[in-house]
Amino acid sequence: MFRYVIQRLLLAIPTLIGVAVVSFFLLRVVPGDVVEVKLRGDGGNVSQETIEMERKRMGLDKPLMAQFGDWMIGLATLDLGKSMWTDRPVIEEIAIRLELSLQVAIMASLVAVIIAIPLGTLAALMRGTWVDYVVRLITIAGLSMPSFWLGMLIMLTLLGLFNWLPPITFTPFYVDPKANFTQLIWPAMAVGYRYSAVTARMVRSQLLEVMNEDYIRTARAKGVYEKLVITRHALRNALLPAITVLGLEFAFLIGGLVVTEQVFNLNGIGKLFVQSISRNDFTLIQGMVMMISGFYIIVNLAIDMLYAVFDPRIRYR
Amino acid sequence: MTTIATTEKAEPARRPRSQILEFMRQQPMGAASFVVIVVMMFAGVFAERVAPHDPLDIDFGGILAPPSWEHWTGTDAFGRDTFSRIIYGARTALIIGFASSFIGSSLGALLGATCAYFGGRVDMVIQRFVDIMLSFPIIVLALVVVAVLGKWQVLGIDINLIFAIAIPIVPNVTRIVRSAALSVRAMPYIDAARTAGYSHLRIICRHMLPNLMAPYLIMLTAYIAQAILLEASLSFLGLGVAEPTPAWGLMLSGNATDFFREAPWMALFPGIAISLAVFAFSLFGDSLRDWLDPKFKV
Amino acid sequence: MIRKSTIALALTATLAFAGDAVAQTPKKGGSFQFAISAETPHYDCHGSDTYATLHFASPFYSTLLQFDLPKYPAVKGDLAQSWTVSPDLMTFTFKLTPNVKFADGQPLTSADVKATYDRLRNPPDGVVSTRKATFADIGTIETPDPLTVVFKMKAINAAMLEHFASPWNCIYAAKDLAADPNSPKVKINGTGPFIFSEHAKGSHVIGKKNPNYFKPGLPHLDEWKGVFMLQAAAMRTALQGGQVLAEFRSVSPPERDSLVQAMGDKLRIEESSWTLNLLLTFNTEKKPFDDVRVRKALSLAIDRWGGSAGLSKNSTLRAVGGVIRPGSPSATPEAELVKLPGFSKDINASREEAKRLLREAGVPDLKFTLHNRTIPQPYTPAGIYLVDQWRRIGVTAENKQFETAPYLAGLNSGNFEVAVDFSNLFMDDSSLGLSKYLSLGKSSENKSRSVDAELDSLYDRHMRETDPKKRIVLIQAFEKRLFDQSYQVPILWWHRIVATHKTVMGWEMSPSHNLGQDLAQVWLNQ
Repeated sequence: MFRYVIQRLLLAIPTLIGVAVVSFFLLRVVPGDVVEVKLRGDGGNVSQETIEMERKRMGLDKPLMAQFGDWMIGLATLDLGKSMWTDRPVIEEIAIRLELSLQVAIMASLVAVIIAIPLGTLAALMRGTWVDYVVRLITIAGLSMPSFWLGMLIMLTLLGLFNWLPPITFTPFYVDPKANFTQLIWPAMAVGYRYSAVTARMVRSQLLEVMNEDYIRTARAKGVYEKLVITRHALRNALLPAITVLGLEFAFLIGGLVVTEQVFNLNGIGKLFVQSISRNDFTLIQGMVMMISGFYIIVNLAIDMLYAVFDPRIRYR
Repeated sequence: MTTIATTEKAEPARRPRSQILEFMRQQPMGAASFVVIVVMMFAGVFAERVAPHDPLDIDFGGILAPPSWEHWTGTDAFGRDTFSRIIYGARTALIIGFASSFIGSSLGALLGATCAYFGGRVDMVIQRFVDIMLSFPIIVLALVVVAVLGKWQVLGIDINLIFAIAIPIVPNVTRIVRSAALSVRAMPYIDAARTAGYSHLRIICRHMLPNLMAPYLIMLTAYIAQAILLEASLSFLGLGVAEPTPAWGLMLSGNATDFFREAPWMALFPGIAISLAVFAFSLFGDSLRDWLDPKFKV
Repeated sequence: MIRKSTIALALTATLAFAGDAVAQTPKKGGSFQFAISAETPHYDCHGSDTYATLHFASPFYSTLLQFDLPKYPAVKGDLAQSWTVSPDLMTFTFKLTPNVKFADGQPLTSADVKATYDRLRNPPDGVVSTRKATFADIGTIETPDPLTVVFKMKAINAAMLEHFASPWNCIYAAKDLAADPNSPKVKINGTGPFIFSEHAKGSHVIGKKNPNYFKPGLPHLDEWKGVFMLQAAAMRTALQGGQVLAEFRSVSPPERDSLVQAMGDKLRIEESSWTLNLLLTFNTEKKPFDDVRVRKALSLAIDRWGGSAGLSKNSTLRAVGGVIRPGSPSATPEAELVKLPGFSKDINASREEAKRLLREAGVPDLKFTLHNRTIPQPYTPAGIYLVDQWRRIGVTAENKQFETAPYLAGLNSGNFEVAVDFSNLFMDDSSLGLSKYLSLGKSSENKSRSVDAELDSLYDRHMRETDPKKRIVLIQAFEKRLFDQSYQVPILWWHRIVATHKTVMGWEMSPSHNLGQDLAQVWLNQ
């Protein structure tokens, strides 16, 4: 097991290097210049000389390969460099936003689990009946509604019906749980609904598959109470793939809240991403891409570990 | 859309020549969604005939008019008929949805089949690349590609936007098709074809790909839905198609929320149009999967 | 000159409210929350050109002079208790208020003012001053005693006094600059009414009352919090929900209407014409836009008067005007304006003329792309409107909107055909207003890449002219030449609409969103 983990981690290194190379060179093709946006974006009468000076100060006048070298060397020492827009360390910029994004992702996952497991189980048990169809409609509707639109509708409904809106600045959970919760539950619901749709479908299909397996039939034949069969045996085994889906979606949520964060004015990674792109803040974009990829790889690994722990059929050498 | 491992045996579609009636009997919801898709395609293709107004006609005299016989879903901040814009928007959504899903799925299928066919080092290299691509969230990858490619519009349709949406689809499809293709690769007739001295390209195209039609078609429909959703998101962020091109996501951005009290129709109907389109394609893709290959999971 | 603006109705309202504020005694204390629709990359006023920096940093700093907003463009003292200008406009002497302290406790002296202006006009290596050119005419800065600063000029600049009132010239401490010339980028130490307390990146900034502020009895507030809200929709709902009480750049007319409808008399709306001009710029190096007939035809096709009536309902665009803000002293009056090409009220005749010109130029069914920006207001409505206007003379334009970075890159490298451009001024002075249209090379702001000796010479003559009336004649001649050649032509001037809760008192409206943001006079009527 330990060897397997080490092996997997080592295998992640080439992938991460690949991500680093791809993101660096991909971004250098983007037209426009961060210095120009910073100094001229609002129409200031700034001379070309001033702009060149600032570029030089930021090291943007160096040849591309030298900049690439700096980036790779920095990575090796876990230094993601400085944001081109704010001049502050990329790690710091990300850290400020990570807490919020992580929390929304966790809350959305909880929302998803709470909705998905009963729905998926129900649909599987009553396969082919109207219940199954209704669940199917609900889940596909979740996949179809753009979450930003759902978010807009939630906000406008709150405002229209209660003349109330969630708080606009982030309060950490340990400072004021209530303020924190009332701000983040709405985006978590908007995203969680879509996310539950994916999960519920997975629960349903897995459950159907498991129910056909021998040990369930045996349990039933032995006269084990039906409810017990479902909870003890079937659901437990059907949950593993569902956990996979949850995990992968969770990893994506860290950076994938792009549009939702815009709608709810949340100061998270997704909003930072959109802003950085509009400002051509390449170092920050690279840093975020590295973080999201790293996160994805770690979650993937964690899921595989879970399989190893929970599913007796799987053993790693 | 998340993709999980497929079952090892993705049976090639060997049903008798498909009867539409059979599909309708077995998959009534799929049939219903297919009708929705056909209606939407009809509206998109014949927009000039179907739309009651010119979607670009500005009328400052009649801005923010509520739904009426004249304007079924009301008018927007420029007095443009939103119903006509939704109909023309169907064209934009379908063109971008079809084109990007087709390009993405086809490229993915080809790569997946190539991986499975050659195995070994080719497989390794492509798989590593797929891993790299997969570790970007789809929307993040699309955002970066949009920024890199810039804009290249032909007839109001942004070609680069199509690529920006297609590229994130490729690795997902590659992965699924590869696992299905592995079992096809193991079939004796592939080895027979190799011994017969056919070229690799011919074997992949003539012998493997036709047997991968089922997963390919399922992915294609599923990703049309995703592509429409992604296009709407990008346009909402101002990175997709540009005004005055009628597009659903664009209709939701900007003024739509500002007028929610006075003109709720501006935020409501385009959102419904997106949801309906994505819903129809998802449901159809689902039914198609159940019908073609019940064991295949996406 | 707000009062002279074309929208008399809104203005009466503005003045009435101003009357309100004077009549009541300000209440002390309270915490004021408002929205800022952009976040500043750094804190250095000298190296910035965006209101994002000012709405953030103005309350922490003082300047030598300030604009007296109700009497705009008159100026009043800030740190300067009094000042004299020599008759030849070559010497400016300022007497500073005594006993002023920086936030960190050190006293302010004339040396700090000198260090600040030295940094502005001649920044050391690695420091960006976007106002270097503005203050290039300063010869020497002398400090005969700790409370006196004397500026001796190298050349006459008629607008120099206004430049001393520019909000960008935050006074820094000489000691801070000596320790690290770049320290104002990351550290805030000023003499303003508030003391910097917290900047939560991506979220908000907080300022707390400066107990040692040099103006007696000010500021009224205990604390303020500026929340960064980049999405207009989110900002508007927050304003409506009372989570923020103001946003000081501008809302759009639809936002205003919906806010008014939702909030009724809890909301105050103040409007003014804006020192921002939206322009149409032709790339004169690209065919067929090197042909004056094509440029002029495309300008003629725009119904500016009709557009003003329509776009003022759904965008921040409003007034029809030339190169100087309509309503300001040297602006061309409407009676003269309508004689200029593209400004006639007979749009059908203009369109016929436009079609004729295009036929003559051999491009009756011209197709091109319009280089535009993704910022929703007012770029998107302008793009939609222009495409529609050109459609009416058989011209097909494709509106392409770019993020700020590629938008600017395209404009500066000449990689566009026709572009929506803008001229952002913080005051009405014509030396500033006209400079954008000078030949390529003379003006870094000329994106049309045009070279026109006649325009350059008219500009130089107008700069040397001291008689205001003759100056206006020259400005009008400049305008006529510019529009006849149509390198860059105005589309419409912007219109500023500021929405605040009625509880917010003491804030003053002006034609520039860069002015009047120190919040010293603001108080909450709760």
